[in-house]
Amino acid sequence: MIELRRISTQVEEIHHEGGTRAARPLVRASVAAVIANPFAGRHEPNLMPFMDALQPLGLEMAQRLLALLGARAGDIESYGKGGIVGTDGESEHGHVWHVPGGYAMRNLLEARGIATKAIVPSNTKLGPPGTRIDVPLTHVNASYVRSHFDTMELYVPGAPARDEIVFFLAMTTGARIHARVGGLRKEDVKGLDGLR
Amino acid sequence: MPANIRKIVVQVDETLQEMGRAVTPPVRRAVAMAVIENPCAGRYVENLDELVAIGEELGKLLGERCIAALGIAGGTAESYGKAAIVGENGEMEHAAAILHPKLGAPLRKVLEKGAALIPSAKKRGGPGTAIDVPLGHKDAAWVRSHFDAIEARVSDAPRANEIVVAVSVTTAGRPLPRIGGRQKHEIKGEDGLR
Repeated sequence: MIELRRISTQVEEIHHEGGTRAARPLVRASVAAVIANPFAGRHEPNLMPFMDALQPLGLEMAQRLLALLGARAGDIESYGKGGIVGTDGESEHGHVWHVPGGYAMRNLLEARGIATKAIVPSNTKLGPPGTRIDVPLTHVNASYVRSHFDTMELYVPGAPARDEIVFFLAMTTGARIHARVGGLRKEDVKGLDGLR
Repeated sequence: MPANIRKIVVQVDETLQEMGRAVTPPVRRAVAMAVIENPCAGRYVENLDELVAIGEELGKLLGERCIAALGIAGGTAESYGKAAIVGENGEMEHAAAILHPKLGAPLRKVLEKGAALIPSAKKRGGPGTAIDVPLGHKDAAWVRSHFDAIEARVSDAPRANEIVVAVSVTTAGRPLPRIGGRQKHEIKGEDGLR
């Protein structure tokens, strides 16, 4: 059911944003998978088997993210996900990603001792090849940590074709590079409800 | 003065199939981009040596980043290309100073060879401007299967006083090439063309 056509990865190192140069740069990694949309051009009432079938891809993508972060994989503090559905599909085809994408990252991080009580924020849209999506990022264990509200603008040149879907996963090593607008700090996270 | 680097972005694009046909092994293309301060922004500077030196620094840095991201030995890379996007307070000549005089030698050193011209592109633009980096075989510019392009873009750069510098390195030419011309097994690798 899953026909993988292309994988695109990106690692971004942010050293400064006009302020003091960080001792260790903020690293933001993303992985995109371009797959065939098995439901292109028709209405499929039952999307649940597709959701299940995507689990191995979600796991592989999450593992690639950890590999991309390499020595910084233990520092992961925020995450996000997204999907862009080609124009012969419907946005609902992208929303199947909530389970296989989100839980793959959470399970993998939990196994490495990183608590992930917070929901994985997401965006999904329909679009032609080269469509850009703003993937929201938030703290892995407490959604209200203000310093970690962030966004990665992602796309794959030439994808999705009409019969394709692009799924994205993203992880970062921390707060915005010069975060200074107050709010809940990561040091003050209680870690009980995924929010604070 | 070393380059004042605000951020580095490295992308790897891996094509596993085209039109239902497997691409074996998958074609993998890396593009490494540095967002730097333009030390000559906003004024006319006659001597561009500072930018030339930055080009030399980035040829090595971005070439090494591409090879690391592809996980290959430099000598096994097949094609390459380079590009720059100058922010609004800079001039095209600033991109030329980075790309042309000295960026190539350290990049070729990373790739162990590189007899061919490194194809390039440059433009002026604002944050999020995309540039198509031309790609050609690193030892013979006429290898037809390796004429390609990869889009480079950083969503929040270049600001007016910045330059985005991109270097791309690949493991292969286009997926499923079949339009004839010179093939890579025919490369002599002496004059950079054939």
